[in-house]
Amino acid sequence: MSILVDKNTRLVVQGITGSAGAFHTRQCMEYGTNVVAGVTPGKGGQMFDGKVPVFDTVWEARQKTSCNASMVFVPAPAAADSILEAVDAGVDLVVCITEGIPAMDMMRVKALMRGKKSRLIGPNCPGIITPGACKIGIMPGYIHKPGGIGVISRSGTLTYEAVWQLTSRGYGQSTCIGIGGDPIHGLSHLDVVKLFNEDPATNAMVLIGEIGGSAEEEAAAWIKANYKKPVAAFVAGMTAPPGRRMGHAGAIVSGGKGTAAGKIEALRGAGIAIAETPATIANTLIAQLEARS
Amino acid sequence: MNIHEYQAKELLQKFDVATTHGKVAATVDEAEQIARELGAVDVVVKAQIHAGGRGKGTFKNGFKGGVHVRKTPEEVREVASKMLGQILVTHQTGSAGRMVNKVLVAESAEIAREIYFAVLLDRATAAPLIVASTEGGVEIETVAAKSPEKIIREAVDPLAGLQPFQTRKLAKQLAFESSQLKSASKLFERLYHTFIAFDCSMVEVNPLVVTMKGEALALDAKFNFDDNALYRHPEIAALRDIAEEDPREVEASKRGLSYIGLDGNIACLVNGAGLAMATMDIIKFYGGEPANFLDVGGGATEEQVTDAFKILIADKKVKAILVNIFGGIMKCDVIAQGIINAAKTVKLSEPLVVRLEGTNVERGKQLLKESGLALIAADDLADAAQKAVAAAATVNSKSQSPSSK
Repeated sequence: MSILVDKNTRLVVQGITGSAGAFHTRQCMEYGTNVVAGVTPGKGGQMFDGKVPVFDTVWEARQKTSCNASMVFVPAPAAADSILEAVDAGVDLVVCITEGIPAMDMMRVKALMRGKKSRLIGPNCPGIITPGACKIGIMPGYIHKPGGIGVISRSGTLTYEAVWQLTSRGYGQSTCIGIGGDPIHGLSHLDVVKLFNEDPATNAMVLIGEIGGSAEEEAAAWIKANYKKPVAAFVAGMTAPPGRRMGHAGAIVSGGKGTAAGKIEALRGAGIAIAETPATIANTLIAQLEARS
Repeated sequence: MNIHEYQAKELLQKFDVATTHGKVAATVDEAEQIARELGAVDVVVKAQIHAGGRGKGTFKNGFKGGVHVRKTPEEVREVASKMLGQILVTHQTGSAGRMVNKVLVAESAEIAREIYFAVLLDRATAAPLIVASTEGGVEIETVAAKSPEKIIREAVDPLAGLQPFQTRKLAKQLAFESSQLKSASKLFERLYHTFIAFDCSMVEVNPLVVTMKGEALALDAKFNFDDNALYRHPEIAALRDIAEEDPREVEASKRGLSYIGLDGNIACLVNGAGLAMATMDIIKFYGGEPANFLDVGGGATEEQVTDAFKILIADKKVKAILVNIFGGIMKCDVIAQGIINAAKTVKLSEPLVVRLEGTNVERGKQLLKESGLALIAADDLADAAQKAVAAAATVNSKSQSPSSK
């Protein structure tokens, strides 16, 4: 078991013929992801690598291949439209890797997705992986290992760091999700925490936060009231100066809000074990697990 | 991206947002001419730099204050002559101060009361939000802390946009009289349109003033633009004043790198914003001070990595360099080749700690080994940070006491 993606996931890749799209589609296929279709407007009828049919629209891809998840690699100016196209076609999960999408485009996407069954991960995210079953995104597959730890984070490489620490110590993952660093995005920390809570295969969780916004605080409040599995957390940006945007559009401390210290306090208040440095994320969780057993 | 006050005024004028009349001057002749055209009784002259606290600042020539009110064009000329080409120091500029190349010359409004009005993109609701208060002219955070009941919030539907009734409600909540309702509503509506039209993350008007005659005017506007949307607003991108920015950051952004200069002595080169922040944190944890935030991004080329190195070592404070790469999209061999190229083209005298993990890690390590570069290899993040801190400390003690060699 896992959350959102597994062996039954049938993936369509939007922007499959672009260089990044093609490269990562191959990586996902090598990992074992069932890529059933690609979409590039104007290139319908082609075959990608002789194996994957390319369609002009997601609507057609959905009809012909019953794809139920999408990975979006379309360049930023057209990416919001591509997300909406997948939602309109009835795809269950849309994973948008593209970075640099204007916030107002994402604002409209969120508003138009209200009431729809599709879920969105990203944009500006590494994607989602259920180790050994399905990889939708740009994370290196080999650092993962099937197991029972759920991992949730905003950023890519910091998530790899945490996953690699877990794998190196023999702890596998149920599903790992990078929800993305943009201020307006799809699934939130809290949404994913709830999914992990309901997943019987997830027995513990690593939550990685970053400065900016209040998503970590919201997740902390919910965890305090509802979540019973062990959780370890790390928050990046302790040393980030206020008012400066740290790469991610979301990573900014402004008006005294969204500080690492505030987030750590909220998480600690919810009974979550805090990793003091990014090098001790796995050990912090393992200590929790050992203390319980 | 930040813009000058006069540029903000021009944007407001473009959208017919009511504001005071005024123009920017780069010379004393222009300043005098604008004052003459305004013909107003009182004219305000304001030094144009990005930093705040101008009114209370002091010029390096001894002239006090970057904001002055004068009555005649001759007086305006005289005050402009003391500002233009001079360096203004405020609590936000640091002791170096900023060169004043332009002054804004505008009519001085007769203010009856000051209001706070802002439109922002609220990340929690993923929708525009108007935040306003009758307590304008002061820090809104102070108002929010002392009298939260005086903060008005009006959520806007992202698809339908700001509705006319909402602007009337806002006007009432902000204590406008019935006779002023129409002009206030119009002002709010136009500010909202400006916010949408330029893909802003925030437009803050503080103060929005009501004059003695009952007019509502946006006196000063602060725009925050969404960098991701600048590609569709070339007219906004053109307003960037690189003289106001850290030259290292300007250089980095030209090369597609995300760099922020800090005060420490351990330079960092990392891929990914989250890991870059975490690397800064762990350096601090082990007693060091990061010299910068540098995210080479997901798809950096060898050239970008080489450029990144050049920017890092241009910072004279740097005593050690820490490279921390967890390859995903970014391949470790590309980073390794970039490091090798950089070492060839620039003299690398500082200790270099390298930690590589992820895609093509073995090839990357092999390349570095074969290059014969003198570097300190690290096994993991903690090891890397400790080695970098130790290396910087060694260099420090050497440079402080050369006789002990």
